[in-house]
Amino acid sequence: MRDFEYGNPSSLKQAITLLGANFDEAQVLAGGTDLISLMKDYVVTPRRVVNIKSIAELRGAQETAAGLRIGSATVLEDLFERPAPLHPFPSLRTAIEGVSSAQMRSMGTVGGDLLQRPRCWYFRNGFGLLARDSQGRSLVPGGDNRYHAIFDNAGPAYFVCPSSLAPPLIALGAAARVTGPKGSREVSIAELFRTPRDAGESEHTLGPKDILTEILIPARSRTLRNATYEVRERRVMDWPLVTASVALRMEGKRVRQATVVLGQVAPTPWRAEAAERALAGKELNEAAAAQAGDAAAQGAHPLSRNGYKVQLVRVAVKRALLQAIA
Amino acid sequence: MANIAWPPASKRGLIGKSISRIDGPEKASGRAKYTYDQNPASLLVAKMLTSPYAHAKITALDTSAAERMPGVRAVYVFNGVGKEVNWEGHEIVAVAADTEELAEDAVRRIRVEYQQLPYFVDDADLAQAAKDGRARQLGAETSGDPSTGFQQAEVTSEGDYGIPVITHCCLESHGSVAQWQGDKLNVWISTQNVSGSAGEYAQSPELNVPASNVNVDCQVMGGGFGSKFGVDTWGLAAAALAKKAGRPVKLMLERKEELLMAGSRPSLRGKIRVGAKRDGTLVAWDSDSWGTGGMSVVGIHGLLPYIFRGIPNRGSRYTAVRTNTGPARAWRAPNHPQACFLTMAALDDLAAKLGMDPLDFFVKNLPLAGERAALYQEELQKAAELMDWKAKWHPRGDKAPGPTKRGVGLSIHTWGGLGHDSYCRTTIHPDGSVEVATGSQDLGTGTRTVINIVAAETLGLPLDGVRVEIGDNKYPPDGASGGSTTVGGVSSSTRVSATNALNELLAKVAPGLGTTPDKLEAVGGKVQVIGDPSKAISWKKACARLGTTPIVAMGQRNMSLISSGVGGAQMAEVSVDVETGVVRMEKMVAVQDCGLIIDVKTAMSQVYGACIMGTCYALHEEKIMDQQTGTCLNPNMEFYKLSGLDDVGDIVVHMMTDSAIESRGVIGLGEPPVISPGAAIANAVANAIGVRVPDLPMTPGRVLDALGKGEKA
Ligand SMILES: Cc1cc2nc3c(=O)[nH]c(=O)nc-3n(C[C@H](O)[C@H](O)[C@H](O)COP(=O)(O)OP(=O)(O)OC[C@H]3O[C@@H](n4cnc5c(N)ncnc54)[C@H](O)[C@@H]3O)c2cc1C
Ligand code: SF4
Repeated sequence: MRDFEYGNPSSLKQAITLLGANFDEAQVLAGGTDLISLMKDYVVTPRRVVNIKSIAELRGAQETAAGLRIGSATVLEDLFERPAPLHPFPSLRTAIEGVSSAQMRSMGTVGGDLLQRPRCWYFRNGFGLLARDSQGRSLVPGGDNRYHAIFDNAGPAYFVCPSSLAPPLIALGAAARVTGPKGSREVSIAELFRTPRDAGESEHTLGPKDILTEILIPARSRTLRNATYEVRERRVMDWPLVTASVALRMEGKRVRQATVVLGQVAPTPWRAEAAERALAGKELNEAAAAQAGDAAAQGAHPLSRNGYKVQLVRVAVKRALLQAIA
Repeated sequence: MANIAWPPASKRGLIGKSISRIDGPEKASGRAKYTYDQNPASLLVAKMLTSPYAHAKITALDTSAAERMPGVRAVYVFNGVGKEVNWEGHEIVAVAADTEELAEDAVRRIRVEYQQLPYFVDDADLAQAAKDGRARQLGAETSGDPSTGFQQAEVTSEGDYGIPVITHCCLESHGSVAQWQGDKLNVWISTQNVSGSAGEYAQSPELNVPASNVNVDCQVMGGGFGSKFGVDTWGLAAAALAKKAGRPVKLMLERKEELLMAGSRPSLRGKIRVGAKRDGTLVAWDSDSWGTGGMSVVGIHGLLPYIFRGIPNRGSRYTAVRTNTGPARAWRAPNHPQACFLTMAALDDLAAKLGMDPLDFFVKNLPLAGERAALYQEELQKAAELMDWKAKWHPRGDKAPGPTKRGVGLSIHTWGGLGHDSYCRTTIHPDGSVEVATGSQDLGTGTRTVINIVAAETLGLPLDGVRVEIGDNKYPPDGASGGSTTVGGVSSSTRVSATNALNELLAKVAPGLGTTPDKLEAVGGKVQVIGDPSKAISWKKACARLGTTPIVAMGQRNMSLISSGVGGAQMAEVSVDVETGVVRMEKMVAVQDCGLIIDVKTAMSQVYGACIMGTCYALHEEKIMDQQTGTCLNPNMEFYKLSGLDDVGDIVVHMMTDSAIESRGVIGLGEPPVISPGAAIANAVANAIGVRVPDLPMTPGRVLDALGKGEKA
C-alpha cells in the first residue's frame, strides 16, 4: 500500500477541507472494507484518506416527518439489527441482509455500499475501470465476462454497479444529500451513478471534494409494496449475480405505478422501464409478473459469457413482484 | 510379552473409539503456533516480486533502488537477466526488510524489463493448443476391441465432460521462517514433509549447510493437500536471505501468490463414449481426454475408465497440454477426482439412456470393478439406505411442479493408502512418564491424536499418560504425508516402538511379581499378570524399577499392521432452481472403509471435510485464466469461490467396520473421500433437471446453459 496521510475530522466542514482536488489526492474513508482492499492492491492510491466515521451527524437513522433519514456513515448492521425503521421497506432489508457476513455489515456503511467500486476482475487486477490492454483495447468483450453487464454495455464500460442497496433505494424514490465546498444539494440516488464514457471518468457523479452525507427515504414511500429478489450462487460472502427491486403503488389488486430497478446488470443501477410500463394498470398475478420479467429483459445485449443473466433478470423481476404482493 | 498385533476389539480401550483431537483446544484458543506465528527476535520479513506475465524473458533487472532503502537487509534473485519466466507469479526476486510494509515497498522499487514471449493459458482450447505445439499425446490404451465392442452395444451414450484447474487453497499459505545460529539453520516451515526437508536445504550450494545442521520444525499446519512436500524455491530463499542479512527471515506467500504459484490440480476434459447391452452390462468404452498441469507434462493416462477397468473393450487416449500457468502439484487424491467425475458422469448418462436406476446399473457392473467389487456393493447398499435412495430416485428430470427440482446421484471411488516408512521412539522414564517421538507432521488430520491413542493403548495408559512429540526432524524419521500414507506409517511404528519399550519394562518387573514377562500385560495404568488383576503393580511403581535409566525403544513401520486399498460410495441429493440455475446441496452420504480405524472422530472429520471440499469443486471452484492477458482473473478468495457453511448441506458419514475389515489393519483415509463428490453431485443435478451439466463447477450460468435457458450473445 502506498503511504498515506490519515485525516480524522469531527465535522463535515473540516472533512471537506481535508479532501483534495482529485481522487488521487484524497479519498473518503468510511468502513474501509472496500477502500482498504483497493489501496492494498494499488488499484487506488490516495495520498490522504479522510475518515468520516468520527462525524457524529453522519451516523444513525431517524424517522422524521419527511421520511427516514439515514446518515451515510451508519453501518449496515445498525440498520439491520433495529428492524423498526426498516419495517416498511423489506426490499432494503433484504438487500442489507444479503451483504454478509455480520462482520462485513458491522464495518460497512450505507454510503460505502452505494459508492463501493465495481468488482470487475480486470479493474481489480489493475487493468483500469475500462479494462483496457496496453493498446487501449477493451479486454471484456473477448475475455471472461460472466459477471459483466448485459445492458448499457456498448462500451467502453462493461462492469456492473456492485451496490445491493442502490436498486431498492432507487425503487423507493430515495434521495441522497451530497455536501461539497459549495454547500449541500439533494439528488436522487440514481443520479449518484453514471456510465463512464471516457478514461478518467468515474462511475459516480460525486466530485473529489463531495461527501455523501445522508439518504432520505420519503414518508410517502412507506405505503409502497416493495421487495427485492437476489439471485446468489453462494448464500453468503458473495455479491449477487442479479437483483431486482420493485416498489408498487397499488390500487386494490391493480398496480397504479411500478418502479423496477435491476442490480448487477449494467454499469449503473438499471431501471427496467419496459417492465414498469407492462405493469401499470394491471392486476398483478403470476402471469403479469412473468410478463414484466420478460419486459425487463428486453433490450439486453449479453456478451459472450453472460447470456444466463438475461434469464436471471426475468426470474428476479417476476419473483420480486410476487414477493411484494405476497 | 506384549505382542505387536492390534488388540482384538474386546480389549481395546482407546483404539476405535471416538476421541477429540488432542490439540483441538490449543488450536481453537489460538495458542497453537503456526509458521506464521513464529517471530524470533530481530525477525525480518521477506516479500517477493513475481512475474506479471505468463511468459517473458528478463532483459534487465535493477534492484539497487530497493537495496538502498533504509531497513532493506537482503535481496535474493530467483531468476535474473536472461532467464525466462513461464507463468504469472513465477518468482523473480525476494527482498527481506525490517517490516512487511517496507519489504513490499522495496519490491516495488525493483525495476525489471521483460521481453514478452508467446504464451497460452486456455487449456479448454485443445485445437489452439495443438496449433501452438503444446499438445502431446501421452497415453493410448486399448484392451479388447473397442470397435466390435460398440457394435455389440445395444445402447450407446456419448458426451463431453470437463473439470477445470483448481488450486489447493490451504488456509495457511506456504512459507517458512529461517534462522541461522552460527552454521546451524533452524527453520519453521509449513510442510507435509518434516523429516525430508533438511536434505533439500543441504542440496543448495548457496546455503552450504549439511543436513545434520538443519533443524526443521512444524508443530501445526494449516493444510497442505499435496502442495507442501518441498521446501520450495521460496523456502530456500528465506534461508539464503537470513544468511545474507544475519537475521531471521519470514517469507510467507500472499494469498495471490498462493493461488498463482503454489500448486494446482490438473484439469481433465474429454469426449467419452460408452456402450452397454440393453440389460445394462457394459461392453465398450472410448475416451479422448486432455488436461493441463501447467508447464509440466502430467496426466491421468491409465485412470480412464475409473474403477470399471474390466469393461471388456476399451480405448482411451490422453493428451497433455502445456499452459503458462503455475505448476500442478499433487492435489488430495491426485487425478482421481477428475477421472472419477468423467467416468461416473458418463456411466450415469448411459444409465439414464438405458432407463435404469444408476444404483442398479452400477451394482450390475460391479463385476467389472476389480477386487473390491463386493465391498463397493455393500457400501452402495449402506449409502442407499442412509440416503433413502429408492424413495428419492426418479428417472431423469424431477416432475414435481414448481421451479425447484430435486435429484440424487452416486459415485464410487478407490485409493491405496499404504502406510509410508516410519520410525518411532518410545521413552519410558523411571517416574512413569512416557514420550513418543516421530518426525511426522499433523496436517490437521489428527496424526498427533492417532499416535497418542496407539501409544496409550499399547502401554495401558490414559491418553494424557503419554506425551507425543512430532513436527521436528530431530525425531526418528517419518515419511512425507502424501497419498494417505501417514496413519498407516505412524500407527504401526508407534505400536511397534511402544510394544518394544513395554517388553523391556515387563522384563524388568517380572521377577518382582514372581513371574515371567510373557505372563504380563499393561492395562488400566497397571502392569499385571494376564487375566489376574490381583497380581499387579501400578505403572508408576513398575517404572520405578528402572532406577535412573529410562527405556528407549525404537519401532519401524510393520506391514503386518497395515495394508492398502480402500473403497467408498457416496450419494448426493441436491435441489436445483431451474429458473435461476442455482444448485443447493441438500444432503451428502459418504460411506467409506479404511481398515482398522484408530480414531473414529478424526476419521469422520476427514470425510466431512472431503465432502465440503468436494462441494466446493463441484459447484464453485475454478482457476479462471484469461488468454488475452495471460493472467489469472480470480487470484483471491472473492472470485475464487469456495462454499460457505450455508452452501453445504447435511453430511452423513458412515465408516465401514467389521472384523473382516479391521483384520486388514490400518489403511489411509485422507484422500479417498474427496474423489467422489464431484461425480455424485453432478449426477444428482442431472437427475434433478433432466440434462447433464457437462462441466464443473456447476454454476448457475452453466446450469441454465445446459437447460437451454442461457441466452446466446
Ligand atoms: C465478502 C463480502 C461480501 C459482500 N457482499 C455484498 C453484497 O452482497 N452486496 C453489496 O452491495 N455489497 C457487498 N459487499 C460490499 C460491502 O457492502 C461494501 O464493502 C461496504 O458496504 C462498503 O462500505 P464501507 O463503509 O466499508 O466503504 P469504504 O470502503 O470506506 O468506501 C467505499 C468507497 O466509497 C467511498 N465513500 C464511502 N463513503 C462515502 C461517503 N459518505 N461519501 C463519499 N464517498 C464515500 C470511499 O471513498 C470508497 O471509494 C461485500 C463485501 C464483502 C467483503
Ligand atoms: S472464517 Fe476464515 S478467517 Fe475466519 S476463522 Fe474461519 S478460516 Fe479463519
